[in-house]
Amino acid sequence: MVATARSPIPTERGLRLDIRGLAHAFELKGERLPVLQRLDLSVAPGEMVALLGPSGCGKSTLLRLVAGLEPLQHGELLADGAPIAGPDPSRVVVFQDPTLYPWRTVWDNVALGLQARGLLRQQRGRVDEALAKVGLGEFAQAYPRQLSGGMAQRVALARALVNDPRLLILDEPLGKLDSLTRIAMQGELIRLWQQQGYSGLLVTHDVEEALLLADRVLVFSDRPARVLAELQVARDYPRHRDDPHLVELRRQALELLGLGKDW
Amino acid sequence: MSTSSLEWSAARERPAPARLWRTGLLAGAAWGGLGLLTARLPNAIRDWPLTAELASLSFVVAALLAGLALAGRWVPARLRAAGPWLVALALLLGAWQLFTAKLGWLPVPFFAPPQALLEVYLEDWARLGESLLHSLALLGSGVAFGAGCGFLAGVSIGWSRRIGYWLHPVLRLLGPVPSTALLPLCFFLFPSSWSASVFLIALATWFPVTVLTWSGVASVERGYYDVARTLGASPWFLIRRVAIPAALPHVFVGLFMGLGASFSVLVVAEMMGVKAGLGWYLQWAQGWAAYANMYAALLLMALVCSGLISALFLIRDRALSWQQGAMKW
Ligand SMILES: Nc1ncnc2c1ncn2[C@@H]1O[C@H](COP(=O)(O)OP(=O)(O)OP(=O)(O)O)[C@@H](O)[C@H]1O
Ligand SMILES: [Mg+2]
Repeated sequence: MVATARSPIPTERGLRLDIRGLAHAFELKGERLPVLQRLDLSVAPGEMVALLGPSGCGKSTLLRLVAGLEPLQHGELLADGAPIAGPDPSRVVVFQDPTLYPWRTVWDNVALGLQARGLLRQQRGRVDEALAKVGLGEFAQAYPRQLSGGMAQRVALARALVNDPRLLILDEPLGKLDSLTRIAMQGELIRLWQQQGYSGLLVTHDVEEALLLADRVLVFSDRPARVLAELQVARDYPRHRDDPHLVELRRQALELLGLGKDW
Repeated sequence: MSTSSLEWSAARERPAPARLWRTGLLAGAAWGGLGLLTARLPNAIRDWPLTAELASLSFVVAALLAGLALAGRWVPARLRAAGPWLVALALLLGAWQLFTAKLGWLPVPFFAPPQALLEVYLEDWARLGESLLHSLALLGSGVAFGAGCGFLAGVSIGWSRRIGYWLHPVLRLLGPVPSTALLPLCFFLFPSSWSASVFLIALATWFPVTVLTWSGVASVERGYYDVARTLGASPWFLIRRVAIPAALPHVFVGLFMGLGASFSVLVVAEMMGVKAGLGWYLQWAQGWAAYANMYAALLLMALVCSGLISALFLIRDRALSWQQGAMKW
């Protein structure tokens, strides 16, 4: 596995995720809207898997199911072999929107998970560490409205990481950022992942981002989502965008997403 | 970089205050004029007591304002901003003085000159103070009770469907009824007129606080809950640390409306049943044709109500300091 090839990373930190025969449907204006159909997918401990797919195909729904935020309808969802019954701090989500609490300072936002689990008093130092990790130590006492979009997204990342997640679920975490901040944050995500060794499930609309960050890239079909193809990225980190291997994979991915050859 | 930003901020600053505070000087002159008017012009219908004292008071204010005006630079910005109002106040008092005591154009028992109010405050302060304390105690009990229940009810309805099922119809039926309409019934049902009044004031406060707390809790973004849930939050944590802080801006709107409603219920309850407090004082004064006392009590009431609302604004600004550009009172 690619994951085991990166020797210094403590892969045992990562969670093993198994999805078998997952199906999900919503009720929309009295009609059944199938969103996921017979989906099979596994994430090895310490592996980063990216999901690509057309808008509205059900990627966020899949992530919400894995996070335990959406009740399971059909199929099997296993975290380290145990069924996922609800949200758990070992599986933390970073949403597309930073969803920071505007009434809390940056520090208090990052402290949220520790506070919710009654660990804050003993582990205050970890909040400072997490903020330092995303380079926002100076902004600890700022309010979210005083942050830029990229800074807010970094706070959201720190808020997730302070809980030592074993699976980090990223739903278009960089979707709203400008391209320069985005490139910087992609490097940051790789660095943090290599430091912490969690498993990752990343949804993105940016094919290049998926190829830069993930060990494996799954391309989903239109709704109801099925896995159209699985692309192995056989490159070490840090990767280079102009690497011919990545360029070839990008061509394949875009073709699968229906963009043909003339993009 | 740093110098240019300094220049920029300097350019944006308002010009330094002039050495002389001109409006202050004008206000001093106006108050001096008021003093002269009061002291020099003869009283028309009767010789009002305390006329000389009122004149002296005006002169003192005039002297203070003039002194401040000359000190210019050290006048606090808030006082500076109030300058035009200080002038207007002197003019209004002058007109009042002129039309009542000096010319007697306004019918005498119904319109008292300013010095008559001064006399009431000096002579009857004990009774006024006692009435004020009584009103504050009644208002405080009722508002605290109503706001507390309203907050709890609002959070419960917004949070729990089952509690909402039972509370919602009660809220819809009882809430919009004017509290004062229940006055006769409550005086009859409750053991004392005091407890009946507390209940009615609480009821008037309860309705807006409940509705707005409820709407605040109901409109919390789902994402806020999702974030906390994935981080291991218990339902209690979601209520206390997510739902309530997110709903707090709405809660304060409810508190303002509730407090406003409570004032009128308070006065009516005091007039009709309690026989104490400022509302009762007003009615008592009117019964004895002591109109100066009535004006004095009204002025006191206006100041106290306004002070309470200001205090609530102050608390809100503290509690919601994370909000930007909230309305200033
Ligand atoms: N709570 C819900 N109730 C009803 N339908 C829903 C709900 N949530 C999602 N859907 C529907 O499910 C489908 C998939 O939604 P989802 O958010 O998973 O898409 P997505 O792949 O994340 O899209 P995007 O890439 O644009 O974020 C959409 O058609 C949406 O209308
Ligand atoms: Mg989505």
